[in-house]
Amino acid sequence: MSNKNTKECNDMILCRIWQGLKKPSVRYSLGTILIVGFISGIIFWGGFNTAMEMTNNEEFCISCHEMEDNVFQEYKETIHYSNRTGVRATCPDCHVPKEWQHKVVRKIQASNELLHKALGTINTREKFEGKRLELAKHVWEAMEKTDSRECRNCHNFDHMDFTEQGRRAVKAHSEGLDAGKTCIDCHKGIAHELPDMHDVDPGSSIGDI
Amino acid sequence: MMKKITTIVVLLATVGFGSQAAAETVSSLRGATDIDQDSSAPAAKKYNKDKEPIARDYVQQPPLIPHKITNYRINLKSNKCMSCHSWSNYREANATKISQTHFESRDKNVLANVSARRYFCTQCHVPQVGAQPLVENDFQPITAISGQ
Repeated sequence: MSNKNTKECNDMILCRIWQGLKKPSVRYSLGTILIVGFISGIIFWGGFNTAMEMTNNEEFCISCHEMEDNVFQEYKETIHYSNRTGVRATCPDCHVPKEWQHKVVRKIQASNELLHKALGTINTREKFEGKRLELAKHVWEAMEKTDSRECRNCHNFDHMDFTEQGRRAVKAHSEGLDAGKTCIDCHKGIAHELPDMHDVDPGSSIGDI
Repeated sequence: MMKKITTIVVLLATVGFGSQAAAETVSSLRGATDIDQDSSAPAAKKYNKDKEPIARDYVQQPPLIPHKITNYRINLKSNKCMSCHSWSNYREANATKISQTHFESRDKNVLANVSARRYFCTQCHVPQVGAQPLVENDFQPITAISGQ
């Protein structure tokens, strides 16, 4: 049986590799295989995560001028960049999920961003402004779908002390909690400039004069 | 003739003395600090966080903003104030709605949306800080407003 398979595999390299993998080792002990497998597992896993973390910081995000010249400059004026307590939320804190499985999904989606970096889709301020509404809508939709998961890494309805909040915040938060609203429903444009809101909220934009 | 000259001399002397006296009391915004020294800046005022609407002091007064508006952007693309104070949003936000006078163009034509000349809210409406008046002021609102 085995000979027959080997014969059939002569021309097919993938098949021969599979045959080799199926056979038990005759040269190495089980212990050696286990130890080598264990160590290389750690190296591969650690290496993968380290590489992923290297793409998960502000410095990496703004290494593209599209990010540094547009959204990063706007973010620098907001409370998530500078505030009284000195706690800062950087790009990946809001834009990359913390949980591993969601993080990997987001990182795979980011390959689309690499494609458009190569195509130069938003490589000028004008092109970026032209796309701003569409890009913002993507983020809003993602936030709505996940119940603003990345906001909730730090902010949580259950942990809020309403007595410490302002008059408007108490009302909006207690009503929002009852209505099952999520952060992004109200808190749009808190870390970056809003796009032209005329189609989203006609009352809050002057539109075409 | 002599009398006239005397009057002029006296007047000039008075003006001269007066302006000299005024020059001594005038101090610039940086205070009486020498030019090569740093003057001490007054502490930055903090905006009132969140209060009930503030009563007007005179009939034509643009209502004051009783809350912080830090980082509220008003530009051609969006107007943060209007996300609560517009006619479409004020009910849900429980906010004061924008006056219908703001829908008029300068030719008194009523428009379908806020007039461009009224779009930049902070030209007239301002938030408040807990600052004491720089000069004494005993202005009292008229009774029609204060009720007293």
